[in-house]
Amino acid sequence: MTINPDLQGRSYPAAEVYDVGREKIREFARAVKATHPAHFDVEAAKALGHDDLVAPPTFAIIVAQRADAQLIEDPDSGIDFSRVVHADQRFTHHRAIVAGDQLRAELHVDGVRAMGGGAMITTRSEIFAVREDNQRERVATTTSSILVRGEGQ
Amino acid sequence: MTLKLEELTVGQEIGTRSIEVTRQDLVKYAGASGDFNPIHWNEAFATGVELPGVIAHGMFTMGSAVQLVSDWAGDPAAVVDYQTRFTKPVLVADTTGTSEPGAVIEVAGVVGALDAEARTARIDLTVTFAGQKVLMKSQAVVKLA
Repeated sequence: MTINPDLQGRSYPAAEVYDVGREKIREFARAVKATHPAHFDVEAAKALGHDDLVAPPTFAIIVAQRADAQLIEDPDSGIDFSRVVHADQRFTHHRAIVAGDQLRAELHVDGVRAMGGGAMITTRSEIFAVREDNQRERVATTTSSILVRGEGQ
Repeated sequence: MTLKLEELTVGQEIGTRSIEVTRQDLVKYAGASGDFNPIHWNEAFATGVELPGVIAHGMFTMGSAVQLVSDWAGDPAAVVDYQTRFTKPVLVADTTGTSEPGAVIEVAGVVGALDAEARTARIDLTVTFAGQKVLMKSQAVVKLA
């Protein structure tokens, strides 16, 4: 199956809310072998001026990959997940992610480029929190390129 | 420790780190991140899609390498931007039941650039496995005091 070239420019609106919990921050930090106390000890995080435990710099991948799943699982996209290779990744933090945050992600397909029998797809997740006054607060922008390998690649 | 831009120089080393990885670590990362692609935990599946064996999540390597920068900066929230390209897989041998790691990732960081206006330092990471670079253009931007 080939990748649908019309994916470029497509957006997927923010779906579910991701609640950032303390134990998830600790679990993720342990999983990437991070040891900084700001990931584990609320008092250590507060001593650095944060409201609560600070998420590791790549924590937003959880939220971003959930958003990406909307595209990968879209039957219209033509993407075979077992042939997906992660090509590049970037995180731009507008502010730190801390425990207690409620995050949403809006997914944008910024690029689709044919490569051999496969394709390179670049997506961007705009991750934001909704404040009490219903205004969006930008939290992070993540961009990711995946290579969908064609047959024999 | 508070880092001051004026006290840093381009090319300055920030340190090194060795990261030991086992198959169990990949299962833990899969659970923590929600990325359950079987190429990261099932040998038969991985070889069936023409990989040499079970490989680490690129995001595991990226996520564990940045710890060097978080510690150097003194606050993980100071890492305001972090990017990489994934160029080579980290093949993790099955050492289940032994105390041996399945792979060892080596990380080294240097100050790659300083921006006096933005008050940031760019740290360039060299991340290798089995003598080969597995990440390229691995750069973390740190906000300084």
